[in-house]
Amino acid sequence: MNQSMQKNEDWDLVIRPKSSLFHLHLADIWHYRDLLILFIKRDFIAQYKQTILGPLWHLIQPILTTLVFLLLFGRIAHIPTDGIQPVLFYMSGITLWNYFSICLTSTSNTFINNAAIFGKVYFPRLVIPLSIVLSNLIRLGIQFGLLLATMIWYHFKGYPIQISLTWLWIPVLVLLMAGLGLGLGIIISSLTTKYRDLSILMSFVVQLWMYITPVGYPMSYLEHSKYATFINLNPLSSIVEAFRYALFHKGSLNSSGLLYSFTFMLISLFIGLLIFNKVERSFMDTV
Amino acid sequence: MSVVIKVENLTKQYRLGEVSTGTLAHDINRWWHRMRGNEDPYLKIGEENDRTKMGNSEYVWALQDISFEVKQGEVLGIIGRNGAGKSTLLKILSRTTTPTSGEVKIKGRVASLLEVGTGFHPELSGRDNIFLNGAILGMTRREIKKKFDEIIDFAGVERYIDTPVKRYSSGMYVRLAFAVAAHLEPEILIIDEVLAVGDAEFQKKCLGKMKDVSDKEGRTVIFVSHSMPMIAALCRRGFILRNGLMTFDGTAASAVHNYQNGGKDNSAFLDYSNQSKKPGDHLAELLQTWSQDSHGNIKSEFGIGESFIIGMRYSLRVEVPMAPLPNFHFFDQFGQYIFVSSPLENKHLEVAQGEYIAECMVPSNFLNVGYFSVGVALTFDHKGIHVSFYEQHALNITITENMENSVTRSTNNYGGEIPGVIRPILNWNVKKTS
Repeated sequence: MNQSMQKNEDWDLVIRPKSSLFHLHLADIWHYRDLLILFIKRDFIAQYKQTILGPLWHLIQPILTTLVFLLLFGRIAHIPTDGIQPVLFYMSGITLWNYFSICLTSTSNTFINNAAIFGKVYFPRLVIPLSIVLSNLIRLGIQFGLLLATMIWYHFKGYPIQISLTWLWIPVLVLLMAGLGLGLGIIISSLTTKYRDLSILMSFVVQLWMYITPVGYPMSYLEHSKYATFINLNPLSSIVEAFRYALFHKGSLNSSGLLYSFTFMLISLFIGLLIFNKVERSFMDTV
Repeated sequence: MSVVIKVENLTKQYRLGEVSTGTLAHDINRWWHRMRGNEDPYLKIGEENDRTKMGNSEYVWALQDISFEVKQGEVLGIIGRNGAGKSTLLKILSRTTTPTSGEVKIKGRVASLLEVGTGFHPELSGRDNIFLNGAILGMTRREIKKKFDEIIDFAGVERYIDTPVKRYSSGMYVRLAFAVAAHLEPEILIIDEVLAVGDAEFQKKCLGKMKDVSDKEGRTVIFVSHSMPMIAALCRRGFILRNGLMTFDGTAASAVHNYQNGGKDNSAFLDYSNQSKKPGDHLAELLQTWSQDSHGNIKSEFGIGESFIIGMRYSLRVEVPMAPLPNFHFFDQFGQYIFVSSPLENKHLEVAQGEYIAECMVPSNFLNVGYFSVGVALTFDHKGIHVSFYEQHALNITITENMENSVTRSTNNYGGEIPGVIRPILNWNVKKTS
């Protein structure tokens, strides 16, 4: 092994049928950071070209969803909101959930959507899912701005904003969400290159997933029901719950749940990177 | 010069048909073999990739055991029919797919141009797309910035630079895309047929740029094309791929010849006399054909200022009713028929059984520099034309420029390319009239 390494020393690149499973080319991604930035820009700009409302669409979507939730979960089903103002309760959940779901669905189509480019030129394939997760961060930022604006509105209506150290949790929670969306997304994207069934499955799994995540109801609502295990097994539950706790000081900050989410994220990212790395080398033959 | 690309026993196998039912079963079988430490069971049953024949196996070899080395600054042309494995080879070199076995070692940065405008986004402006496309091809933002004006200038689309590229005419689109590609600065450039775009003026510009890249800047270029003149003009070395196998490796000119020849031996002397089935019929047979210079040396490359002789030896198997007419058919490198020549007077030619030699002298300063192929035929003009044999593209002639011997060059001191298929020296008369 050592000898063959030495022999290859003066070659910049060696293309072999199989490379080491753990050779992840992460340094390559750094080299292509300009491309990453341009992809983020492209994703963001191209999305709303030739629309009248442009980026305003980022705001309309959470507003409408919040209204529907308000009607469904609040008015019709009478599900409590842990003492948080209902509009803020739903909007905060939706904002974070949307980020996850769009990261997951977009990254899971990485190979299929980009087959044309991937077939023609080499760059680290991971740049694409990374750019998706990052460009959606801008979108999340806009929606978070909307949430803040709504909070300020309610501040004057008798729901005062309490800015405290718990707000520091927010970036951590977003990072957890991003990691989970990326990790699971690249696992699915790697598997869909050969078996397209998965991408069809994914489109409604994401929809159903929301219902076992405390987006439209608080964790406490199901705490003592027999379905609590489902919610607890869902790595997103404690993140959404902690997000609300960080913002409103209500609900729960479940540290063991967050630890579970964190571990889940690490494992999915790790497995995702391994599979992605293996698939990106030869997917052109199977996609 | 150092070796910058080293390809060793490169093999690529593809499975034919759809990836669907059966794939999972093969995958499991493959995994099961691997678990027990056996070889991949599907690697054995591949067969030579001839797309015209129905194979027995659903696995084919797109590339089979290809080995070669490329030195720094070399310009390598790869030719072959559709499905010969050219694109597969380029794909492996540019890392869009992996080989089944064998390996490739590369020194330096590689940029591949398998298509122009990869990653162009129709909604973005020309400016944004230059940056995006450049970055996809491996340039950093700073490099693109430095070349930005040059790129716009080369493409000639300055006026439209802030318009979304979806509003561009297809020509403008391609010009912009090629301009970005042409300003890449990798050590190794891999190009697949992308030059076949744009109008004639732009093509010329591209060719000039490609020449600069290799000649002046000393970069290594691998070029795949179906355009033989382009291969001959740009490349110094040429490969022929046939059904996944490398069948020829030599100078670009000889590769072009060999390819147009259908892989026949590219020698200046073809001997059929020992073949059991000679070209011909019950009346006459072709025994030999050759090209030689005026001193009788057999060769196929002649200077433009040199006359040469094309010859054939044939036999009449019986006494024929009418004297036969040997003739030579000349084609240029594009397969364009230039002329046919035969003896003007055949009334006195012999009709008796026996062997004959027919020779035809092609004068100096007649054919222009380039590649020509010669067909060899024997016909009888008796109750209609009867063709005994016609060997198409039997001989291949290369006419080279020889600065010292060339009348045109030495008197005018003109160093550029002189167009045309023929380049005769004609009598001119230029007078002052007022």
